[in-house]
Amino acid sequence: MFIWSFIITLVVILTYAIFVVYAERKAAAFVQDRLGPVEVGPKGLLQTVADLLKLLQKEDILPTYSDKILFRLAPWLIFTAIFWGFTALPWVPGLIGSNLPSGIFMIFAVVSLDVIGLFMVGWGANNKYALFGAVRSIAQIISYEIPLGLCLLAVVTFTGTLNLQEIAQQQAIDSTFHSYLFGIPGIDVSAWGGIFTWNVIRFPILLPVAVLFFITTLAECNRAPFDIPEAESELVAGFHTEYSGFRFGMLFLSEYAMMLLVAILLVFLFLGAWSSPLPNVAGVHLYDWTSGTTGHWSSYAWSIFWLGLKTVTVVFWQIMLRWTFPRLRVDQLMHLCWKLFLPLSMLLVLASAIWKWFLIF
Amino acid sequence: MAVKHSTYRTNFIIIVGSLLRALFLAWKHFKSAIHRKKVLNIDDPAYFKQAAGVVTTLYPYESIPVPDNGRYRLHNEMEDCIVCDLCAKVCPVDCIAIDPIKSTVEIGKTSDGSTRRIYAATFDIDMAKCCYCGLCTTVCPTESLTMTKAYDYSEFDIRNMVYHFADLSPEESVVKRKEWDEAQLAKQAAKATPAVEVKTESTVAEGEAPAKPKPFIPKAMPPKVAIPIKKTEGDAPAASTEDKTEEAPKPKPYIPKAMPPKVVIPVKKEEPSTTNTESSSTPDETPKPRAVPPKIKIPLPKKKDDEAEKGGTVE
Repeated sequence: MFIWSFIITLVVILTYAIFVVYAERKAAAFVQDRLGPVEVGPKGLLQTVADLLKLLQKEDILPTYSDKILFRLAPWLIFTAIFWGFTALPWVPGLIGSNLPSGIFMIFAVVSLDVIGLFMVGWGANNKYALFGAVRSIAQIISYEIPLGLCLLAVVTFTGTLNLQEIAQQQAIDSTFHSYLFGIPGIDVSAWGGIFTWNVIRFPILLPVAVLFFITTLAECNRAPFDIPEAESELVAGFHTEYSGFRFGMLFLSEYAMMLLVAILLVFLFLGAWSSPLPNVAGVHLYDWTSGTTGHWSSYAWSIFWLGLKTVTVVFWQIMLRWTFPRLRVDQLMHLCWKLFLPLSMLLVLASAIWKWFLIF
Repeated sequence: MAVKHSTYRTNFIIIVGSLLRALFLAWKHFKSAIHRKKVLNIDDPAYFKQAAGVVTTLYPYESIPVPDNGRYRLHNEMEDCIVCDLCAKVCPVDCIAIDPIKSTVEIGKTSDGSTRRIYAATFDIDMAKCCYCGLCTTVCPTESLTMTKAYDYSEFDIRNMVYHFADLSPEESVVKRKEWDEAQLAKQAAKATPAVEVKTESTVAEGEAPAKPKPFIPKAMPPKVAIPIKKTEGDAPAASTEDKTEEAPKPKPYIPKAMPPKVVIPVKKEEPSTTNTESSSTPDETPKPRAVPPKIKIPLPKKKDDEAEKGGTVE
C-alpha cells in the first residue's frame, strides 16, 4: 500500500507543480488584466512543460568557490524533507503512506528539516544574496513555526488525536465522533455530515485558527507576502541565486510541493478532509449521494474529487494573495509573528481547550 | 484615510480592512478577465467606454488600427516623382540617396500634371537612418513621397532597411546615361561650330570609346548632396575641352569626400580622386573602374526592389 501511496504522491506532486505554475501565471495575468501564457498548447496549457524541458537542458553550474558537497546535497535534502511530509497524508480513506499515530507531529518535524536544507543552500553557494536569503528564510520559518505549532495544538485539543487518518475520519459522517451545531452542546449534527461536521463549523473557535494557520503556512513556504527570502527586487533570487538547471528545478518543485502540502493539511485539519460538503438535511441525502459507498471505488473517486476541489480552492487563494499584497519588511514580519500571532495563537489554544472541556462534560 | 504610522497596533483594524479590500479588488479583476477589451483605435468613440477586462493586444495576431494618416514608413510613388532632389537636400539625416539621369525626352506627366524629365537610377531611402521628421514629404512638390501607415518592418539584416524606388534598372540606366551624354555632345557640337579645335577633340573622344563620358558623370553624380548642377558642369567639360576638365577636377575631389555616406564602395572613391589629381591625361583608364562599380551594385538593387515592393504592398 505504501508503494501506491508513494507513486500517487510523486505523480500528484509533479503534475500539480506543472499546472500550478501555469495557474499561477494565469491568475497573476488575470489579476493584472493581462492574458498570461497563450502560445504553447491550447490556451498556453503546455507552457510549463516547455519551460521544464528548457530548464532540464540548462547548464548545471557549480560555483567555483562554493561548498560543493552542501551545494549538491541541499536541493535533495529540501525535496526529501517536503516529500517526507506527504507520507502521513491519507489520500483517500484507507490509503496512507504511513499510518502514524502522531502524523501531524511527524509532518512538522520533518518539514522543519527544510530549514537545514535552506541554510545549506545559502551557505554552500558562497554568495552574499544566497546567504541573506537563507538567513531571512531561516529566521522566518523558525519564527512562524511557533504560532503554527500552537494552531495545530488548538486543532488537536479538539480532535484528540494526531493521526491525520483519524482526523479526516472524524469529519466524515460515519464517525463515532459527536458533532454539535456550531460547537454548542444541544443539536447533535453527527448524522448530518457535510459542512456541519467540518472542524471549522462544528467548533467555530477553529475559524480564526484556520486563518492563522493559512497565514503562517504562507510564511512557512516562503510565499508572498512573506517572500523576503527570495525577494527579487532586493536579493536577486534569494537563497537559490546560484542554482541553475535541474537543481534549481528541484528547489522550485519543493516550494510548490510545500504549497500543496500545507494546502492539503489545511483541508484535513479544518475543512472536512475528503468528505463532501453537502449535508444530509431534512431527508435529502445529499451527503450520501456525493460520497459513494464505503469501501467501493466510488467512495475513493468522490474522496479524491472533494479533496482535490478543496485543495485547489486553498491553493487558488494562496496564489491570489501573492498577486494582491506587497511584501512585508523584515521587521514587520517579525513583529507580526512574535507580537501578534504568538499571543493570539496562545489565546486560541486556551480558548479551544476550554470550549472542548464544555463539550466533553 | 488617516493612517497613523506610529504603531502597528493602532492601525490593525485599518490594515486588515485594507487588506480585505485589496483582496476584493484583485478578485474583481480576476473575475473580469473573462472579458477582453476590444482592440480599438483611440479615436474610436467607444475607446474609453469599454468595461473592465483584459487589455492585452495579441500583437502579431491583432493590432491597434493605425489611422490612414499614420506617419511611419516612407514610400515614393515613382510615377509621380520628378526627381527634383529636394527631399534628399532637406533630409536632416541624409537617408535619401538619389542618382538622377536626365532624359533626352519628356518621360511623362505626373498625376498633378508636372512634367517628368529626369530618371532616378538610384532612389534609395535608408529607413534605418530615417528620423521620421516628415520634412521630405513636406517639401515634395508632387507629393509623390509620402509616409505610410506601415510600421512593423524591422529586418534581421540592416541592409534590407534600405528601400529602393529607382525607376531604371542598372542596365537601363547605363543606356539612358549614354543617351543623355550623346545628346549633350551633339548639342555642344551644334553650338560650338565656330570652335573647330574643340570639336575635333570631342570627336576623338567619341571615337575612342563612347564609354568615356560616362565615367565623368558618375564622378559628378555621386555627390547626391552636390546636386545635378555639378553634373552638368562635369558633363559639359568632359565633352568639350580638356581645359575645362582640368578646372572641373577641383570640385570633384571635394565631392567624393561628401560622398562617402553614399553606400557605394571605397575603391570608387579612391580612384576618382587619383585620376582627378594626377591629370586628365589618362582618361582611358578611369572609365573602367567606374564602369565596374555599377555592376557590383546591380545584384543588390534587384533584390531590394523586390523586397521593397513586397514591403510596400504588405501594409
